[in-house]
Amino acid sequence: MVFDIYLLEAIINGLLLGGVLALLALGLNLIFGVIDVVWISYAELVMAGMYGVYWLYAFFGVPLVLAALIAIFGVAVLGFLVHYLVISPILGKPPINQLLATGGLLFFLQSFATLLFGVEFRNIGLRLPVIELWDMYFSFARILAFAAALIGMVSLYVFLKRTFMGTAIRAVAQDREIMATMGVNTRQVYLITSAIGGGLAGLAAGLLVLQYDVHPAVGLSFGPITFMICVLGGLGNLLGGFVAAFIMSQFISIGGFYLDLEWGYVIAFVFFIVMMFLRPQGILGRRG
Amino acid sequence: MLELRSVSARYGSFQALFDVSLDVRAGEAVAVLGPNGAGKTTLLRVISGLLPVAAGELTMEGRSLLDLPPHRIIETGIAHVLENRRLFPRMSVEENLKMGAFIRGARARFRERLDVVYELFPRMAERRDQFAGTLSGGEQQMCAIGRALMSGPKILLMDEPSAGLAPVIVEQVFGLVDRLRGEGYTVLIVEQNVQQVLQLVDRAYLLEVGSIKTSGSAAELAADETLRRAYIGI
Repeated sequence: MVFDIYLLEAIINGLLLGGVLALLALGLNLIFGVIDVVWISYAELVMAGMYGVYWLYAFFGVPLVLAALIAIFGVAVLGFLVHYLVISPILGKPPINQLLATGGLLFFLQSFATLLFGVEFRNIGLRLPVIELWDMYFSFARILAFAAALIGMVSLYVFLKRTFMGTAIRAVAQDREIMATMGVNTRQVYLITSAIGGGLAGLAAGLLVLQYDVHPAVGLSFGPITFMICVLGGLGNLLGGFVAAFIMSQFISIGGFYLDLEWGYVIAFVFFIVMMFLRPQGILGRRG
Repeated sequence: MLELRSVSARYGSFQALFDVSLDVRAGEAVAVLGPNGAGKTTLLRVISGLLPVAAGELTMEGRSLLDLPPHRIIETGIAHVLENRRLFPRMSVEENLKMGAFIRGARARFRERLDVVYELFPRMAERRDQFAGTLSGGEQQMCAIGRALMSGPKILLMDEPSAGLAPVIVEQVFGLVDRLRGEGYTVLIVEQNVQQVLQLVDRAYLLEVGSIKTSGSAAELAADETLRRAYIGI
């Protein structure tokens, strides 16, 4: 095959897309790994954050960076409330109940957003430049999103690795039953983890709103792919999710380059299904 | 120091402890002996708050532990070395030790205590960055004991520290417990290795089907005919 600059462009764009997908997967994975509950409605928190940024920026004229920071904080609070009000009462219940509860939350958030904002597609109306580099074109919004996602992920890594609370969060994921003997209040760890998961969703919202219109069902554009990335990497495995995000984004981007964007997604999902037969525990999963 | 008065405990409808009374004085080493399923592990789990007390009174230095949430019990100076060690297998030795220093009072002195544990177990210093799951059984036990020491406890609850270890390693572990006694720690130890543990402790209790059957000094129990026949086999 001849060297193709447009293929390189697609690969780099895939990398940029992978950053945001990795950020989304990180939040969902963290919550699953620590609390052992799958937030099916995770992408709906992103939707809520996107509306937050949209209204703050386009309607109230709040500077974009400040609007994004407010969204991170707001969705972190939302994440805290999701655990406190929905998850915490059903923690010991069968997984199917938890799945149904968070699934119900998904439809609640969607219809509540429809009630508040209507079904229109809304765009923050910010035109960011397109950067040209040796005949290749990259959207500045994507580069910005990639960089911010990376900063968010590195910050979380440092927190989990360096602090006592971060270490406790990882420890709970390995053996929740004995944490009390070390003075760790697991209820508190769950609430903090949920708030962090929400904060990551808020960050993703601030980045996605630069590239996509917001509407009540926008979560469905990210939710399934985020979930598949987590499963592909090994549900609850943070590193696995990170790697899987870049694999899936390359399928989407390169597939989209050779065929078209919809085909890119089709190929990515077929790859996912095939991998579920070959390696159901995920790329870096432990449970065989 | 630690006192149990008529403590009962249950797992659902199954009662595991019946009216257990026991005390450990400061500086003492006390053993709880008994066959499998007697409730020895349950007893330690009740003290460290992993299992609630169904009835009775439990105090540490005169303070009732019953009104404390489980994660606050360690703050009174009780550290639990759990059955089967229960390290975090995919965290490094040092991260496991860090978890032992999680409580507020211990965090500020983390580095200092880390040095103490590394001095006590030079092997742990060598393996500080290794995943705890990759350690040998004896090393894992050192790490588990080290983790418990990180909180700066007054009393150590040890649940079968010799279980699953080769005889020569068992010797080492008991030697270690002896050293901890020398360092001034109070120890409450649960063991199946009756003969060896009786050489180590001051007093012992015999637990059978959830009740204290007999108690006495280590020498008295070592000489007790029924105990000899039942557990030592000579």
